[in-house]
Formats: sequence, structure tokens, C-alpha cells
Amino acid sequence: MNTIEDKEGVKRYMLSLTVNGDPHTVVVKANTTLSQVLRNELALTGTKQGCELGDCGSCTVLMDGKPVNSCMVLALEAEGHEVTTIEGVAEGAKLSDLQESFVNHGAVQCGYCSPGMVLSAKALLKRNPHPTELEVREAISGNLCRCTGYVHIVEAILAVSEGRTTPPEETNAGGEA
Amino acid sequence: MYLPDFDYHSPESIDEALSLLANLGSGAKVLAGGTDLLHKMKQGDLAPKALVSLKGLDKLKGINYVEGRGVVIGALSTQNDILYSEVLAKKYPSVSHAAKKMASNQIRHLGTVGGNIVNAVPSADLPPILIALGASITLVSTSGKREMALEEFFVEPASSVINEGEILTEIVIPDGDLTGSSYHKFGLRRSGALAVVGVAASARVAGGVIEEARIVCASSAPKVIRTPKAEAFLAGKSPAPEVLEELQAIVESEVRPRDSIRGSAEYRRNLAGVLAKRALVDAVESGHGLPAED
Repeated sequence: MNTIEDKEGVKRYMLSLTVNGDPHTVVVKANTTLSQVLRNELALTGTKQGCELGDCGSCTVLMDGKPVNSCMVLALEAEGHEVTTIEGVAEGAKLSDLQESFVNHGAVQCGYCSPGMVLSAKALLKRNPHPTELEVREAISGNLCRCTGYVHIVEAILAVSEGRTTPPEETNAGGEA
Repeated sequence: MYLPDFDYHSPESIDEALSLLANLGSGAKVLAGGTDLLHKMKQGDLAPKALVSLKGLDKLKGINYVEGRGVVIGALSTQNDILYSEVLAKKYPSVSHAAKKMASNQIRHLGTVGGNIVNAVPSADLPPILIALGASITLVSTSGKREMALEEFFVEPASSVINEGEILTEIVIPDGDLTGSSYHKFGLRRSGALAVVGVAASARVAGGVIEEARIVCASSAPKVIRTPKAEAFLAGKSPAPEVLEELQAIVESEVRPRDSIRGSAEYRRNLAGVLAKRALVDAVESGHGLPAED
């Protein structure tokens, strides 16, 4: 890995990685985390920094398709890997089915956990297109949400696994309150 | 949150990694998955001058069955590699089950089996089931390589017999005649929780009689321990209710738990006895398969 040393003797490293399909080269100090590169160097601020100790999951990104806590990955460890952030999930201006379903199910409240939730769900549905509710809950158990109580998030993910992005039709719509 | 400064090295061969470690000396740390190491560095508990990353060492990855040796697990295999391994699913689902009980999906994609062992914490989830299955490990350095039983590796919390400059390269579960194994963990949550107590059991059963058994306890002493008295007691017995009651009492007498925020010593002592019974019954009745409750 190419390094550059400045006048003060601080060493910096040339890092090449692919983010949302785009190849990038950035110059970082060794102590920079992947989440810091995404947010501060590449301005991809959809990746949130919460606990920064690998507990909350708000910094979740996909590395080669697998969800990881980007706060616990040294940027230099991502050398040569493909990273997907929440900015890479929509197809152009069109939301992905998962994003659409999150919106339609009220699975987004304050929104801080949502990028990580969507990426954990995306990885799950790729590996297992028809998960049970328990498998959905296990897949997002590393993503903490303090608003929703998880119910609408789980429903939003299960809906996509059934080919829907909206809740099932209310059977007593217009009926008694 | 910023990490302290350090130099980063990413060797491309094991030999290069070993000579780097030998040259850098005590200021260097080995970086595998980083989920414990970076955590300690962020918390200010560690400030190594250099990190030697193992990420380029593909020889340390992979889980394979090797005729004559057994299941060979590269130390850099992640916890999810263990969870989704077809080799383990066929031979020892109990090991995959232990991996499933760890941390979260995101952490399991990063954290390695080697890191889980070398950190030497008494609450580690993989060592109990690996010790129950008689696993051995290989440590290499510039001065050579040594193999040992995993159970001889641990000394006390965060301390093991590994020397400066040594790397754990592989874990081997030898072919044997054990007929069953299982791991039971109790945590305060289903996910992202360290074990309050974890107990693994293995057994060789013939005609309903236990010929040999191992009971291995995590979070029950300053290191992961076997319970020799309980194991000796079980030889020649069948898992009848009165045998299990006595097993519980013996295990409770052998563990040395401490009070912590996760549970009192008294509670943990009792829990170790209870989980030992459940783990043994699963090892006897379900082979190496998954416990009934999951």
C-alpha cells in the first residue's frame, strides 16, 4: 500500500475501494474508520455514526454484500472491497422496494436507524428471499431502533418478501370505529 | 470517535507477518476481525504502536474436512463462516449453533474464531464447544510452530500461553468417536449479549450408557474450564433424572464464578449446573445436532 509521509512525519496511506459501484482513491491516516471515510471524505452521510462501538448498527454498510458495522472496520481494511451504503440502494431517483415498503408501513420515524435497517434487510432478502418473522428479527437484531418498537419494520421487510410494498388492505375499512 | 495513532502493515504472507511481528516487538498487535481490538483502542484501553493486519492471508481462511486430521478451521474464519459452513452443518451443527448465539450479524461478519480464542475472555462462546470436541490449535512464530490442546491455551481473563510474535493459524476438531455435543448459553438478551453462563457438553454413548463425557463451562471461572469430577462421575452412567441431579450438584461444586453486572456468583453457580444438565441431555439425545428448543 502506497504511503505518503508529511514534514511532521505523519504517515498517510493511499486507499482504493469501490463504493456504490464507483471506484474511489482516498488518502487516509491508519486510524481512520470506514464510517469516517464514507461520511467525511466521500460525503455519504446516509451512514450514521451512533455508538461507534459496534453495538447499535446505525453505521451498517454492506461489504461485498455482507452487513458490517463500518465504525468497527479500519478504512484500510476495506482496500479492494465493494462497499454499498444507503445511497447505493435506490435505483436512480426511484426508491427500492424495501425503501418504499419502509415508508408505506410507517417503519421510519426519526430515521436514524433506517439506513442500517434497510441494508441489513437487503442482505437478508438476498441470502434468504422468504424469511420467517423470526429470521427477520434475527437479521436486524444488530440494528437498534428506539422509536418504532420494530413491529412496522418487521412488517415492511416481510411485505417485500411477499412481493408487496404496502400493508395488506384493511378488511373493515369504512366500518365501525 | 477517533482511534489513537498507529502504523498499519498488511503483509501478504504468513512469513512476512511473522517477521514483521518479530521486528516490531511488543508495540505491535495482530489485527484480525478487529471487533475486540478496535473496541479496546477506542475505549483507551490499548494504544499499540503498530497493527499487523492478517486480512491478506488467505491461507488462514476456510473450513475444510481433511482426511486423517478432521475439521480444519482457519483462524481467520469469521463467526458467520462458522455459522454457515456446510462442513460444520454436516459434521458438528453444535459448533454452528454456538456461533449463532454470538453478538450480531454485523459483528459475526467481522469477528474471527481466532480472535475469539486469542482474546481469552472467560465468556467466549466458541472455546467451550471446541474444547468439548477435543479441538487442538496451531501457533506459529519465526522460531517455529507448536500445537496444543485448546483447553491448555487459557491462563486467566485476557491471558493465554500465546507469546509475543506468535499467530494462531488453525483450529482442528479431530475425528473421534464422540456421538454427540451441544452448547447452551444463557444471556440477558437473545442478541448482542455476552454469556451469563455458557456450558458445552460432549459424550460418547453406546447402548444408552455414557462411556465418556466432557462438560466445559464459560463465564464460570477466570477462564473457560472443564469439570473433571463431573466428567468422571458421568462415565458408565445413563442420563436418568437422579444422575442429572447429581451432575448439577457436582458441576456447581467445581465452577468458580464471580459477581459481575451480568449475574451474581450464586446465580451463575446454579445456572452452570442447570445448563450442564441440558447440554448433556442434548449431547446424548440429539447427537451433534441442534438442541430441541431452537
